[in-house]
Amino acid sequence: MTELPPKSKKKLGLVIDLDICVGCHACVTSCKGWNTENYGVPLSDMDAYGADPSGTFLNRVHSFEVQPPAGPAQTIHFPKSCLHCEDAPCVTVCPTGASYKRAEDGIVLVNESACIGCGLCAWACPYGARELDQAAGVMKKCTLCVDRIYNQNLPEVDRVPACVRTCPANARHFGDLGDPDSAVSVMVAERGGMDLMPELGTKPINKYLPPRLKDRPAAKPVTAIADIEATGIAGWLDRLLEKF
Amino acid sequence: MHPAPSVIVFTVLSGLGFGFLAYLGLGLIAPTGLNAFLIYGLAYGFAVIGLAASTFHLGNPQRAWRAFTQWRTSWLSREGWTSVITLLVMAPVALMAIFVGFPSATLGYPGAAMALITVFCTSMIYAQLKTVPRWNHWTTPALFMAFALTGGAILSGMTDLAVALCVILAVLLVVGYALGDGRFVQRGSTMETATGLGRIGKVRLFEPPHTGTNYLMREMIHLVGRKHAARLRVISILFAAVLPALALLVLPASIATIGFAVALHLIGAFAARWLFFAEAEHVVGLYYGAR
Repeated sequence: MTELPPKSKKKLGLVIDLDICVGCHACVTSCKGWNTENYGVPLSDMDAYGADPSGTFLNRVHSFEVQPPAGPAQTIHFPKSCLHCEDAPCVTVCPTGASYKRAEDGIVLVNESACIGCGLCAWACPYGARELDQAAGVMKKCTLCVDRIYNQNLPEVDRVPACVRTCPANARHFGDLGDPDSAVSVMVAERGGMDLMPELGTKPINKYLPPRLKDRPAAKPVTAIADIEATGIAGWLDRLLEKF
Repeated sequence: MHPAPSVIVFTVLSGLGFGFLAYLGLGLIAPTGLNAFLIYGLAYGFAVIGLAASTFHLGNPQRAWRAFTQWRTSWLSREGWTSVITLLVMAPVALMAIFVGFPSATLGYPGAAMALITVFCTSMIYAQLKTVPRWNHWTTPALFMAFALTGGAILSGMTDLAVALCVILAVLLVVGYALGDGRFVQRGSTMETATGLGRIGKVRLFEPPHTGTNYLMREMIHLVGRKHAARLRVISILFAAVLPALALLVLPASIATIGFAVALHLIGAFAARWLFFAEAEHVVGLYYGAR
């Protein structure tokens, strides 16, 4: 049913710390691996070993350069996947009911056996979180690893999304953002967790922790090596070598 | 947005067919017998070919029937319902015109209303998308309706009405192009709001997430061909509105003139619809440093 469910109390989602992400793409790889072998059709690749390879991914890491008004630019690695929005426009546009938001925990999913592959939900998503699998012709998106987080067959430590489990820098966190006392909610409150493109009114569940502002001005550029005045033996060598 | 031929054919031809059906339902053109067979056949032909084309871009067209289930929220689903209802309601009207010799106002009026509602629903599939600011505007349904009504009037051979609608269409096209150009900036989405990094400073793409392309970029970041946009805008206005109006006014009223005017109009309609997609910028482009 593509009507949005009443707002759930439980709002499972991710919190991504942009101060910590090193842009290693491990989350991209583990996501592709888990979701190719588990829930739904595999994430296919087209022309994987050819001249123009492309493929379906549920999580991609962009890298941005941000230039503050003063001082050097900052590089910020920016993982992006479905934000499981509260007012998910991808759900209501779906003509078949394949795209839906779960009432119990707010996860946005695609029922692949009902998806006709029209692509309208991908058009409706501002974040590029949905990709039409070119082999299966159905829409793929982040499931928040719904087949891991409730999976009693996995050790408890593994009952988190694959991207969170694999992140070597601990930049990704999973939890209930509907519970103000959860670890992720506390983190969001402390660090000023933010929404992406809030002007579009999608009310994302996933939050991004902005990089902390630099607490001291950038150091002066290192003095050019040639200008350093060598002293002692190095100075003697310097003067000696200049004679040749 | 990628101007896929299937959606262009779908929106142009189904719009023309349903526009024509509206005139037939209203009895503004009332053919009988064999004429009615040919004329209703033409209207149904445009509508059905258009609708069939819309299934070509589906990943799993065998499940298309499921698109009838979500009419409460989805404009695409509503469009499916209204198009089928229109074709069903207008069928007895056509049969009466062919075999009994007069059209049925009892079913014709509701049929005409449904035909126009169908065109409106088609336009709302695009106009509802906040992610494509150029489409997310009243000019989108206005233009879709103007195209359907103008094409239908030309096909109906109603010269005065067709010329008047051509003038309205030309004005709407100019207004649509002019307002459309500023829509993305007005919406306010920038790389800074997309990443939330605007509080630090100016954002630019340092490195894309992958070296190749992907579905999102192919589908939503269409840069090729925008360089001809200015010329195509002129062509679309000339062929969709100006030249058909001149042809109807200058040439003697005949089926050949109507055919000629419709052909001109369709060239313009295809150019305009191609631009409708090619010029539309999706906000996801911001994550790729493009629009």
